[in-house]
Amino acid sequence: MDDILLLDAIERYKNGEMTAQEKTFLDELRKNNPDIDQLAVEHLFFLQQLKHTADLKTLKHSLKEVESKLVEEGVIAKKSLHGKAKVIYLWNLTRKTMAVAATIAVIVSIFTAGMFTAYNSKKSEKVITPLVYNKFKQVDAKLKTIETKLKLAAVPVPLPVKPKLEANFRATGFLIDVGGYIVTNAHVVNSAKNLIVENKKGEQFFAQAVYISNTTDLAILKISDTSFRTFTLLPYSIRRSSAELGEQIFTLGYPREEVVYGEGYLSAKSGYSGDTAAYQISISVNPGNSGGPVINKNGEVIGVISSKETNADGVVFAIKSKNIYKALEEINRDEQIKLPLKGTIKGLDRVQQIKKIEDCVFMVKGN
Amino acid sequence: MSINSKEQLLLKGLADSEATAIETIYRENYGIIQSFILKNNGYYEDARDIFQEAMIVLYEKAASDSFVLTCQIKTYLYSVCRRLWLKKLQQLQRYNQPFEITEETVPVDEELETHEKKNEDITLMEQAMDKIGEPCKSLLEAYYFQKKSMPEIANSFGYTNADNAKTQKYKCLVRLKKIFFAQYKNGE
Repeated sequence: MDDILLLDAIERYKNGEMTAQEKTFLDELRKNNPDIDQLAVEHLFFLQQLKHTADLKTLKHSLKEVESKLVEEGVIAKKSLHGKAKVIYLWNLTRKTMAVAATIAVIVSIFTAGMFTAYNSKKSEKVITPLVYNKFKQVDAKLKTIETKLKLAAVPVPLPVKPKLEANFRATGFLIDVGGYIVTNAHVVNSAKNLIVENKKGEQFFAQAVYISNTTDLAILKISDTSFRTFTLLPYSIRRSSAELGEQIFTLGYPREEVVYGEGYLSAKSGYSGDTAAYQISISVNPGNSGGPVINKNGEVIGVISSKETNADGVVFAIKSKNIYKALEEINRDEQIKLPLKGTIKGLDRVQQIKKIEDCVFMVKGN
Repeated sequence: MSINSKEQLLLKGLADSEATAIETIYRENYGIIQSFILKNNGYYEDARDIFQEAMIVLYEKAASDSFVLTCQIKTYLYSVCRRLWLKKLQQLQRYNQPFEITEETVPVDEELETHEKKNEDITLMEQAMDKIGEPCKSLLEAYYFQKKSMPEIANSFGYTNADNAKTQKYKCLVRLKKIFFAQYKNGE
């Protein structure tokens, strides 16, 4: 009970609720009583900590309120990842760490086992305790240096080209204007915050979406990087009219880190469940091919690969190229896009055609 | 009003957790921090977290007795966010590319160290709070956090009078203190 009285006194002292007389009395008490002084110091410190905790709680509450107000007003962007995207995001975050951890675990455990055998075989010859202890220490130290070395070696992922960002998706896109405008799918860039495009040499350029249409699933990106050198001519043209049933077509894309060629034919003039804005084509594609150009033998882009039916092989849908023209009508006038009028690869054999086209097909990456 | 005295007022407001001051600081500085985080491998969520933490650091500075404003709020927040984000990226091993510094910065390492220590202490206090159990927790929160008066507390907690509530409060406080210091001294 005396303690409680004292605590109360200290608290009133701290809050400035004491009369001058009381204060002098307490000061006097502390001066003559080391125990009481100790308790007072401790309690004052404790009260300070408690006050910090309380103040911070109030502050955090205010911060949260202001934040949600500003999120509602749109001053603060709110974009949360959900479901699969979140999983991929988390996976990408931990993937590298997990790989490093796995490597260390494997190598270290093998190493530990080896050392142990060596030590055990020697133990039968010499029984000197201090040496054994040292041995363990040495092993320990060695393991430590190996571990640090491994960590140092494993963290920076060696890449041929300096990456501009860590991507969590990959797709395809192709140039429609020599100045660096690229067509890809809207679903590719929809949730992306940072975008880069990479050519087959591995050169990367920052890009921005200047047009996204979820109805046609088309997007137009603009390469914003100054290091991008504009083209003088694009080898293909963009077809304005419909393509014919049975036309031989081919595509280039990035289902892998390397450009991949695929060929097939136009199998229907409408897309998924009769969608007239798309074609059905028969071709082998994989995730990453999205946004790739569908080109006929005359070197005309007739479509943009967008999706495939999951439970049927080779049933792929491509957005008709005339939607690109439609996109240009809707796009901001500030973007000066001139589509290539005439291709230069008509009549060339396929290998030559591909050689000319592959420079204009980009990997679209981002996060 | 000069820029400097306007900033002083904002900081004073922040030290008192005033919503208007907080809002002004957010409005004037959030954009720059967000674009910095986004440019450097961050997500919108990261920007919000980092900014919030930087606001707490700024608050701690503004609320301290020895506080002097040596640079603009903007510069200070940018410097703090930059350090915090760099640290976070290193923790995540998400990327190790050097940052481009587009804004003026001031050294903030010392403050961040203090901030981290404070964070730890506060975590200890919160953990101790969680351990003392009810009704102690609510009682102490009502008095120390929500700043309710003893008669009020006596009433809502069903004590016969304020003195009874007060005695109870001190008993709880002694327990909290014991748990807190047990961990605190362990950590030293």
